[in-house]
Amino acid sequence: MKVAYWPGCVSRGFTPELHGSVAKVAPLLDIDLVELDRACCTGAGVIAEHNQELADTYNGRTFALAQQVEGADLMMNICSTCQGAQSESQERLDANAEYRAHVNATIQETDGISYEKGIVNKNFLWLLVEEIGLDALASKVKKPLTDLRVGPFYGCYIVRPTARLGIDDENPRDTYLSKVIEALGGTVVEYAGSHKCCGFPIITMNKTASLKQAGRHLGDAIDADADCVVTPCPLCHLNLDLQQPLAARAAGRELGMPVLHLPQLVGLALGLSPKELGMQRHVVKPTSVVDWSTSVVAGVGGDRGW
Amino acid sequence: MADTRKPAQDFTLRIRRYDPESGEAPTWDQHTIKLEPHRSVLEGILQAKAKFDGSIGIRCSCRAAICGSCGVRINGQPGLACHTHLDKALATAKDGVIEVEPMGNMPIIKDLIVDMDAVHWKKVQRVTPWLLADDENMPEREHVVPRESMIDVTQSMACIQCGACVSDCLSMEVDPLFVGPAALAKAYRFVGDPRDTQHFERLKDLSEDPHGIFDCTHCFKCIEACPKGVAPMNQIMRLRRRASADHGIEDRNNGVRHEHAFTTLVRQGGLLHEAELLPRSYGGDSWFGKFHPNAGQELIDSLPVITKALLRRKVTPGAALKPHRIPKEDLKSIQRISDVIEARDERIELNLYITGYDEETEGAKEPNVAAVAGGGEDGAMPSAPGADPAGRTKE
Ligand code: SF4
Ligand code: SF4
Ligand code: SF4
Ligand code: SF4
Ligand code: FES
Repeated sequence: MKVAYWPGCVSRGFTPELHGSVAKVAPLLDIDLVELDRACCTGAGVIAEHNQELADTYNGRTFALAQQVEGADLMMNICSTCQGAQSESQERLDANAEYRAHVNATIQETDGISYEKGIVNKNFLWLLVEEIGLDALASKVKKPLTDLRVGPFYGCYIVRPTARLGIDDENPRDTYLSKVIEALGGTVVEYAGSHKCCGFPIITMNKTASLKQAGRHLGDAIDADADCVVTPCPLCHLNLDLQQPLAARAAGRELGMPVLHLPQLVGLALGLSPKELGMQRHVVKPTSVVDWSTSVVAGVGGDRGW
Repeated sequence: MADTRKPAQDFTLRIRRYDPESGEAPTWDQHTIKLEPHRSVLEGILQAKAKFDGSIGIRCSCRAAICGSCGVRINGQPGLACHTHLDKALATAKDGVIEVEPMGNMPIIKDLIVDMDAVHWKKVQRVTPWLLADDENMPEREHVVPRESMIDVTQSMACIQCGACVSDCLSMEVDPLFVGPAALAKAYRFVGDPRDTQHFERLKDLSEDPHGIFDCTHCFKCIEACPKGVAPMNQIMRLRRRASADHGIEDRNNGVRHEHAFTTLVRQGGLLHEAELLPRSYGGDSWFGKFHPNAGQELIDSLPVITKALLRRKVTPGAALKPHRIPKEDLKSIQRISDVIEARDERIELNLYITGYDEETEGAKEPNVAAVAGGGEDGAMPSAPGADPAGRTKE
């Protein structure tokens, strides 16, 4: 499957292991990534807050670039925040022909291209379930995540608002992480914070409140006895992993919960080692996951831990 | 016409019981009631109360989704008990039992009744929830308001004060001082009204409150929770835009600086330069921002985190110092787009609640999107783009 791939900024800057693990996992899933390296940041909702039209024009341009990729079935991103910002722009552009024409006029002038209503843009998580399929995914598993207890962390932008993101009984996208964990052979750990906000958007505005959110959810996952948490959003990852030492202080308790990017979890089950997936770069050492990985590998006589 | 109503059937309700005065821990009671599936969860609770246990505490008044008093959580989701059908509730029940709990973020008075005064009404009071008109220059007869302006505030006027958004606000969960979604939506109701003369003061007040408009994490919870389509978060974002873009108010929480720094950095590189964003959000939106004392303090506080990230190579010194950029030609496009749009006199904002999903205009040839004018000193009011009450198709 060929996809026009939007990696986002953070996956290339502050969480390079995310971009790296997608590149390694994609071929194993027969996904042919055509990177949209000419596109710009989605604005993460912040630019829209500054100027809606500016954000919509940036995103309209990205959609137009994606539509230029010959033979691509759809567009894919690997960041919930990108998905949220892009879906919002797309909703506005698709809803009103006049507005779309207005935005397209600007893109036409700068790049000579324009956006045709109705692009299909899916987060990697949605693509796994809806395009690849859980059965097909399970059939590719080489190292089932047996006995690994995984807490799904969805965050906000990939589960809300449900209407805009196409979440309904037919597409229960707010349950997909659990479904993927199960398909990979792992055990889903339910905990209170799985669909709450990681707090990242207010890290510079109200740091205490922001870190308290992250700390509380991680604490809940620990209390529910998770070995690790997995998220489809690099920004969530920043608050949950990078800031975890500070979140622990804000929450007033010890944490130490490994936080994996979704493609890393998929990669582990498809037989890649923690090191190949860049897990040594995490601030919180994913010891539980590495130990699990090593013991599974020891069981089959290999040596792919680190 | 054939009667399509389904006959009465059994529904089991699991109701959370709690009486803080008793000093005992909360418990769950289960009752099976019999009603037609289209009847409401409220009717179910009232039947359980009448038949099995008169001491169940629930508040209700209109039973028609207009008074806002029967807000509860049904299977974990916020809603009006009088407006949720039993069959719909059963469909979201985990184990075939409809679970009813009181709303969150507010103290419980008894069972399903929460103390709205202690949290919700106090916060609504906080935003001066009445019109502050110019008494001296009152028109002789009625004060005629442009139709567009009133349309602009209809969404926030639709609020029935049920508190569902407050109950679910994720920021309030960790910061009870946050003014919160319902009160801020109410604030927009007046900031968007041309008859109110204190827009600037209201916006300045909410920008300077450390738990004001910039405390919202943009989590969409209140939008999902609201049974009336008020979309409080959207009203908060409009307050922010009004405060910063129209009135040039700088908040004390780095909100405006963050927004400007983000926009500038994307303009400069096409992609975000994360390492620059943080200091600029604290110290000011320029290269010098990082030398500002505020940024310095923040840097010192974050040093352990930064050091660890560098040691683990999560962040490489290269990535921290040198921004990743898109190709030159494309960067030119981005900058041109930014120049053209930022130079416009008027902002264009599309509020789909107002304009709806507008397929009639599909064949439009001449782009003619009305702009939202800034609510400047003169109190100029937004004209809702393409505003047409008939076009309001989205509930
Ligand atoms: S992760 Fe962020 S910063 Fe990012 S592309 Fe998406 S929105 Fe831009
Ligand atoms: S009174 Fe009611 S019971 Fe009630 S609607 Fe109003 S909200 Fe419901
Ligand atoms: S969007 Fe803002 S106001 Fe609404 S629930 Fe989330 S934090 Fe609260
Ligand atoms: S904004 Fe919506 S959820 Fe909040 S109090 Fe008003 S009606 Fe209820
Ligand atoms: S930003 Fe990721 S969940 Fe809030």
